[in-house]
Amino acid sequence: MNPMEQFRVTPLVPLHFAGYDISFTNQALVMCLVVGAISLFMMVAVTSRQLVPGRMQSLAEISYEFVGNMIHSAAGEAGYRFFPFVFAIFMFVLASNFFGLIPGIFTVTSQIAVTFSLAALVILTVIVTGFMTHGIGFLKLFVPKAPFVLLILLVPIEVISFLTRPISLSVRLFANMLAGHTMLKVFAGFVIGLGGAGGILSVLSIAPMFLIVAVSALELLVAFLQAYVFAILTCIYLNEALHLHDHH
Amino acid sequence: MELAAAKMIGAGLACIALVGAGIGIGNVFGSYLSGALRNPGAAASQTTNLLLGFALCEATGLFGLVIALIILFT
Repeated sequence: MNPMEQFRVTPLVPLHFAGYDISFTNQALVMCLVVGAISLFMMVAVTSRQLVPGRMQSLAEISYEFVGNMIHSAAGEAGYRFFPFVFAIFMFVLASNFFGLIPGIFTVTSQIAVTFSLAALVILTVIVTGFMTHGIGFLKLFVPKAPFVLLILLVPIEVISFLTRPISLSVRLFANMLAGHTMLKVFAGFVIGLGGAGGILSVLSIAPMFLIVAVSALELLVAFLQAYVFAILTCIYLNEALHLHDHH
Repeated sequence: MELAAAKMIGAGLACIALVGAGIGIGNVFGSYLSGALRNPGAAASQTTNLLLGFALCEATGLFGLVIALIILFT
């Protein structure tokens, strides 16, 4: 049993258009499910609005306030313009990570194509916002306050660190999901291997079973943490574009 | 055949990246705890920075994983 097998993208409805393979894959199916689930949840939660919220409404309000506080603490008042953007990214990544933890469901965020698209969207938003707010002055982001001699060294470093952001942002999410799910599958392989060995070894196969339960709990934490980190880093990058180096 | 073996060894060596990530994550949480125990009042306000430091730290280790995957699958 290959632990990497679960990350294979398989076409469900083969489609070809102008030489491009645009098949409807299992990944696209899960992405549709994720978006549908979030939309349904948010719509159902706010249909019967009450002053004292019920469970569903509370959940929606908590997630709303959570992202709102996150934006306020990281990007200040000006960051609220980007609330829909950050909220959409946070909810999508969170729901994708949680959907992936359901056994048998494809993990959307374990594909670098998906996470890099999200990260590229974030960085492009940052660049466009920066140039729209500060004009050409946005380039001051790459020039820290330092003596001129040091600037020769510091400016390239700043530029490189800015350019590696989409890579680190996407690789962090993708690699976390990939590593976590591979680990679960490897431990699942232990259970099957030991169970089939017979005798005392079959009884011992219960040990990796408990390990899987524990790792699953850890993965739940990681799933939330990575969505949070992705969203907060988005806010921090937006903050730099909005306020350059001075703090709000 | 030797190339395949060398690839396996290289992918294994790429896992050394986890040493740094382990030290870093331990440092992040250790420093947070010692700071939080000295001044529990300020601890709650620093969880964002804690998680941020953890994430930035962890990413460096995960780059090792990516290198291993690139070695294995190209």
